[in-house]
Amino acid sequence: MDIRAQISMVFHLDKCIGCHTCSVACKNIWTDRKGMEYAWWNNVETKPGTGYPTLWEDQEKYHGGWKKSNGRLQLRSAGRAGTLGNLFFNPYLPTIDDYYEPWTYQYGELFNAPLGADQPTARPISLLTGESIDIKAGPNWDDDLGGSSIYAKNDPNLEQLSDTERAALNQLERLVFFYLPRICNHCLNPACAAACPAGAIYKRGEDGIVLLSQEKCRAWRMCISGCPYKKTYYNWGTGKSEKCILCFPRLESGQAPACFHACVGRIRYLGVLLYDAAGIDRVARASTEELVAAQRDLIKDPGDPKVQALARSNGISDQMLEAARNSPVYKFVKRWQIALPLHPEFRTLPMLFYVPPLLPVLAGINKEGNYEVAGTADGNPWPQLAALEQARVPLRYLASLFTAGNESAVQEVYRRLIAVRLAMRARNVKDVPANVLKQLLTQSGITPEEAAAISRLTATPTFEERFVIPPLAREQAIASWEDTFQHKQEAGFGFRQMPVRRF
Amino acid sequence: MSDIMLLAVFPYLAVMTALGVGIYRYLNDRFSYSSLSSQFLEARALFWGSVSWHYAILLILSAHILALLFPSKWAALVGEPVRRYVLEISGLGLAIVAVGALIILIARRLTNRRVFMLTSKMDWLLLLVLLLQVLLGFYLALVYRWGSVWYLHTAVPWIASLFWLKPQIEFVSHLPLLVKLHFAGAFLLVFLFPFSRLVHFVTVPLGYLWRPYQLVIWNRHPLNRKEMLR
Ligand code: SF4
Ligand code: SF4
Repeated sequence: MDIRAQISMVFHLDKCIGCHTCSVACKNIWTDRKGMEYAWWNNVETKPGTGYPTLWEDQEKYHGGWKKSNGRLQLRSAGRAGTLGNLFFNPYLPTIDDYYEPWTYQYGELFNAPLGADQPTARPISLLTGESIDIKAGPNWDDDLGGSSIYAKNDPNLEQLSDTERAALNQLERLVFFYLPRICNHCLNPACAAACPAGAIYKRGEDGIVLLSQEKCRAWRMCISGCPYKKTYYNWGTGKSEKCILCFPRLESGQAPACFHACVGRIRYLGVLLYDAAGIDRVARASTEELVAAQRDLIKDPGDPKVQALARSNGISDQMLEAARNSPVYKFVKRWQIALPLHPEFRTLPMLFYVPPLLPVLAGINKEGNYEVAGTADGNPWPQLAALEQARVPLRYLASLFTAGNESAVQEVYRRLIAVRLAMRARNVKDVPANVLKQLLTQSGITPEEAAAISRLTATPTFEERFVIPPLAREQAIASWEDTFQHKQEAGFGFRQMPVRRF
Repeated sequence: MSDIMLLAVFPYLAVMTALGVGIYRYLNDRFSYSSLSSQFLEARALFWGSVSWHYAILLILSAHILALLFPSKWAALVGEPVRRYVLEISGLGLAIVAVGALIILIARRLTNRRVFMLTSKMDWLLLLVLLLQVLLGFYLALVYRWGSVWYLHTAVPWIASLFWLKPQIEFVSHLPLLVKLHFAGAFLLVFLFPFSRLVHFVTVPLGYLWRPYQLVIWNRHPLNRKEMLR
């Protein structure tokens, strides 16, 4: 075993209200620059929907991530020599039109327009050409199912559904959607790094943050197509790719990343996971049905003294181990097993996990003209029990998103989520028959105490419970191998160059 | 006199600039040491232009360089008429491809507003010099037949003399002006190399062929730092 630490994340989708505060927080800090106007390291998309960039999940189109061939792992795009052959032209690169053409408005016109009969208007102008444009797409063009007959119907995950199921999704009474906030997953087996011919993308050993060196990037743009989540972005102004840095300067000073800190729905959790790096290759090659379980298996118990000893021998600090023991991510992902990775079939071992949204129960007007919740007709007062089968979004759709199509794995998660709700109802409203509750809890395999703990961490966690940030001790780490004396009276904080091309 | 400037002084100037500025830029402005890809803004025309340009010019350039490095082997190769025909005809074909590709690339930068906005003065200059140089080469190949042969006892000894710091321009000074201009054009491109996007030529990431896929970089473990995961 080769125990390493990874700063990982959980997004609780039931809590996301789709407000985009996270995206704006990130944009303001990191990407409000020429060349990156179109790029949203954090974005929130509506599901069902095609997302941003459009159809990013469709690897027939972008050839991102890994594939298994003859038991071996290969980049879906090309082999090593093939990648070099694609340097002159990357056949799978999205263009800016797959995202959107960034624009601004001529606000000055509002003040400078000559006196006239009409209201002055601020026309949109393209940030690429400076010419006025007709806006045809934006970062969230299909938000809240807007234009769903054009966009949402192309969602690649809907391919798993039958035609009737798909048609049913369009009926007004059945309309349903949820939000999917996305950042870089800081994967254990990042395809972005593997695809970069210049070797500019690396994983930090101590905390697993995946970074892209601006000095080493040579504009070969293989990471853009290589990342199956489309979470590296090409800065067309500087000719460098850029990606989410998990706000490492904030983490190093003990603060949560900006999108986490700003999240209005408080859906985000951040903490340390210990994992066995020696198993990465094996897990990345696991069969599709086993991917989720295998990745979970890679995560080791921070309470286990054996794991702790191995971690210490790998140089993991005691503070890091303590953070791992208190990690909310560990609880969601491993202890309670209610958080799942997004599209594990891309085989990058993403380290951002999602608690899937509780499915709305189907309801409608029955023959007598009364409003009826499905599953209650036969006198069953607990429609939640039947909800899984009667849910408006077929389980297969969620399985396609979170478990590489393994329906029983999603089902298990939902059984637990429903059990938590009924356990809490039994405690607070006291109208759930004991036998029903008992059956639910045994079925889903959680104890009443666990249900209470899940409910607490879901609904009323404190700031400190949501973000357990270990001291990353970056300064000490650098000082330990670079002689600070050597640099005495030299350059102070060091030289800094603006990220502009001077040639 | 102008021959000396063109064929003896300028080549040294160009090579020294390329090395001096090239290294200076690498050490001080590594950030810009690449081409500025515009595929993200426009992909269709770039496909036809870029792919054909790179393959054609790389083949043509390697023929020039191979003859320079291995003159006797090259002489044996082109000594046989059939091989010479094949070589010269494919050279002409490649030159046509290269010219066509450059025209596509220039037209693309002129007509696509997005790419136009991103094109620097140096990009325009470079495209112009490249176009003239390739056109000139094509014209010379047509008018002064069997360049693959006469190159061997004109340009090759001249460049070798430059290399050994004993410039002997008499190997080439009797040649027509256009030929000399083609020679000077080559060194003009060498001169432009460190100031332009041509630098991407030396950053071709061949190391990718054998480096491990994943890079893990540690801050601690100063002595036994594990850099690689696999
Ligand atoms: S999500 Fe994409 S960019 Fe982020 S580490 Fe994984 S492969 Fe790389
Ligand atoms: S800030 Fe939080 S609640 Fe709002 S969209 Fe982002 S993730 Fe969802």
